[in-house]
Amino acid sequence: MDIIVSEEDIKRIDACLNKMLNKSAAVSAFLIDRSGQLISNCGNPSALDVSAFSALTAANFGATSEIAKLLGEEEFNLLFHKGQNENVYFSVVGENMIIVIVFDDRTTVGLVRLSINMIMDELLQILSPIYQKGE
Amino acid sequence: MPFINFSKDEIQCKIVYYGCGFCGKTTNLLYIYNKTIEDVRGKMVSIDTDGDRTIFFDFLSLNLGKIRGFDIRVQLYTVPGQVHYDATRKLVLKGVDGVVFVGDSLKTQREKNIESLINLAKNLAEKRLSIRTIPLVMQYNKRDLEAEGAEILPVEVMEKDLNSMLKAPYFTASALKGEGVFETLREISKLVVKDVSKKILLDGRGRSAGTGAI
Repeated sequence: MDIIVSEEDIKRIDACLNKMLNKSAAVSAFLIDRSGQLISNCGNPSALDVSAFSALTAANFGATSEIAKLLGEEEFNLLFHKGQNENVYFSVVGENMIIVIVFDDRTTVGLVRLSINMIMDELLQILSPIYQKGE
Repeated sequence: MPFINFSKDEIQCKIVYYGCGFCGKTTNLLYIYNKTIEDVRGKMVSIDTDGDRTIFFDFLSLNLGKIRGFDIRVQLYTVPGQVHYDATRKLVLKGVDGVVFVGDSLKTQREKNIESLINLAKNLAEKRLSIRTIPLVMQYNKRDLEAEGAEILPVEVMEKDLNSMLKAPYFTASALKGEGVFETLREISKLVVKDVSKKILLDGRGRSAGTGAI
């Protein structure tokens, strides 16, 4: 399966991510494939190595999915890591993607979560045809 | 599963270094990391234990430059070699585009090499991929140990054990000294890019998806 994303797709994905960032006042947003490939990122990722960040995010999700299975759950569909200055919120998008939001104390996890829910349907509408084409 | 981004004219591919425990997968990546300039590589991420055994994976992202107008970005992963980390190996193989199988040349590791190759074929099959068709390069590592008096397997024996059916390109190597490391990387990158280009050309999606064409 190949994932081929056109310029138009990326524009629409970025518009979604930016809308979410504006609404939530988060620092940056990443859309990552479950195999660890970065699809797009918006906001201010500062000096972050986005490739390594994407690989670790996918691995993190993979590992916690296995924990979920041990507990008899199919999957944990959101994860939250709290740091001293920055926090990270992860959520699954359909079957193949993960959205990751980095945010600080200028906003709250509740608002971030709400903002993700707001764009979720739109994101799925953009992403589903890309994956269907790739199969 | 290559990711082709027509917005940035970029192709991202995933290459996994596979093999039994202590065969030198991480050493390959470390050598590549140490010998490439910062502009073309990202951070080297390692999740290992105190005893230098990879517990999850190592990761290194490299920019290979442009091919027909596309920036080629490869993501190199290693898997944990120990038998009981099979679940982790399956996770790392998700979305793989090419595999380097690192064989340990030590005579004592002969069976472990074969076990690991069978395990690779099984795990690929679970992902509906075939070891016979996926871009694959064999690397027979630790050849330098012969000079130190260790008993090592002749290349012909390793070829017969591991590559008689697959007929994949192979390289002898000493990852610690860097011999054969870049040759292996160059070959697998070439095979993966060729495979990706072929797939895109075959279904014509390259043209319909954007302005660039491979």
